[in-house]
Amino acid sequence: MSRLDPAKYRPDFPILKRLVRGKPLAYLDNAATTQKPRQVIKALSDFYENNNANVHRGVHTLSEESTNMAEAARAKLAAFVGAPKPETLIFTRNATESLNLIAHAWGRKFLKAGDTVLSTEMEHHSNIVPWQLLAAERGIKLEFVPVEADGTLDLGKVKAALAKGPKLFTFTALSNAIGTVNPVLELIKLGKAAGAVVSVDACQWAPHKPMDLKSWGADFVSFSAHKMLGPTGIGVLWGREELLDAMDPFLGGGDMISRVTLEKSTWNALPYKFEAGTPNFADQAAFGAALDYLSAVGLDAISAHEHELAEKARKILEGEGMMVLGPKDPAKRSGVVSFNVPGLHPHDVGTAFDLEGVAVRVGHHCCQPLMHKLQCGGTARASFYLYNDQSDLDAFGRALRRTLDFFKIKPKAGVL
Amino acid sequence: MEGDAELQELYREVLLDYFRSSTRKGKCDPADLRAHGINPVCGDELEITAELKDGKVAKLRYAGHGCVISQASAAMMAEALEGADIPKAKALVAAFKKLMLENGDVKALPPELEQLSSLEGVRRFPLRVKCATLGWNTVMQGFEVTKS
Repeated sequence: MSRLDPAKYRPDFPILKRLVRGKPLAYLDNAATTQKPRQVIKALSDFYENNNANVHRGVHTLSEESTNMAEAARAKLAAFVGAPKPETLIFTRNATESLNLIAHAWGRKFLKAGDTVLSTEMEHHSNIVPWQLLAAERGIKLEFVPVEADGTLDLGKVKAALAKGPKLFTFTALSNAIGTVNPVLELIKLGKAAGAVVSVDACQWAPHKPMDLKSWGADFVSFSAHKMLGPTGIGVLWGREELLDAMDPFLGGGDMISRVTLEKSTWNALPYKFEAGTPNFADQAAFGAALDYLSAVGLDAISAHEHELAEKARKILEGEGMMVLGPKDPAKRSGVVSFNVPGLHPHDVGTAFDLEGVAVRVGHHCCQPLMHKLQCGGTARASFYLYNDQSDLDAFGRALRRTLDFFKIKPKAGVL
Repeated sequence: MEGDAELQELYREVLLDYFRSSTRKGKCDPADLRAHGINPVCGDELEITAELKDGKVAKLRYAGHGCVISQASAAMMAEALEGADIPKAKALVAAFKKLMLENGDVKALPPELEQLSSLEGVRRFPLRVKCATLGWNTVMQGFEVTKS
């Protein structure tokens, strides 16, 4: 694996040239969404300038072109994530919708009162709330594997919870809030061995680490294009074919039907059965350009690069006496560094960093139960990607020292 | 940092003083007015309690944790509303919200809200305006509930 040189890629990202409050932008909010290379922006504008027409039912040239382009992206994605067949990849609006699709279309059909859904305390709200809604409607039980103080899962506790026979085990591959890398393959194996249907929230995994869905052995995997250089408005749900076939549709309408009479309807084949209405075909086509870009750079190189930057950021933070959340072991960490400045609210940290041109995310990161467990209302989070470089780290260090100086924070003393 | 003009513009000394002050932090118990506010942006929660006497806000307290801006704003609000009758208190809330949300003129602030001009710099950070108005929106909810 060759070392990634961000200087080679930065010119592809026009937004990195802009100033924020008079300072060069240091974009460290990649776990929320990534910036887009000109190749993706161009793919989108090219599509609208040359090929735009609604997909599937047209017989005219443009419709054929747009259909082919949208489907070519699905085929590209199948190769990128090692899906056995392109049609097992459903395009949704975002990963949240993918998880809701599982809850509605699989959960409503296959879960009954008294069944248990097992998740973890590490989850994003999008992997908690759909199950709570279903629990209220269907009387199913929810259980959560506790998170340890270091932000990891204890596999012994996972096994104990699985031994109680949950029908579904749904967990995050990588924590968006604190950057813990979960042992995904082992968790899938444990879930399957316990007879559960296994759903993986791979939103923070797919942009950073290779996945091979054929060998993963999960039943459902969800992620989102906009966190991997792609446009907004495209989520992905991969499902095991026989499960997708057995499920009822999610939304009803055009495209998802085979035949409609006023009495009843029959469903279209995969993936269209789950893609009701006009799909987001333009963004779908542009997502293909993002996948090309990521393939050319290489996920292993991206992962190593951002991990190195994140570990350097962690050293800067710990050197100043800041509280860094998540595992101490670098091998269990990703390109996400979540921290708190003693005595200062994350929002004040975020604003002070913004004045230095540094974009970090602050708050609960849609993980309130995890924040509660780790006894903080929120954190400031820096998350790195392929285009981040030493200048971003330098800006991060300057922003931190400026914040500490202005608010007169002496880390060991701990209060403002 | 001495001379960090940008941060000083937002976090003025008077704001930091109110943030550090615990004079009106806490809860009234019993309380005639009780309201709970959540800032959806960050999930911070604030509880406002007040004693009302002869149609006036006799005592007002705020509890909960939050950023410098939301806590300082709540502290200044508690100070400004104490002693005001309810219509006056509502008018003060409206005047402050006008300053923050409609880019109102600082010079037009009623004298009771003099200190609140220190939050003027927050308007350059639209996402933080919600922090500044959290306490004020919460107390308004309290007035509505108390009325009914």
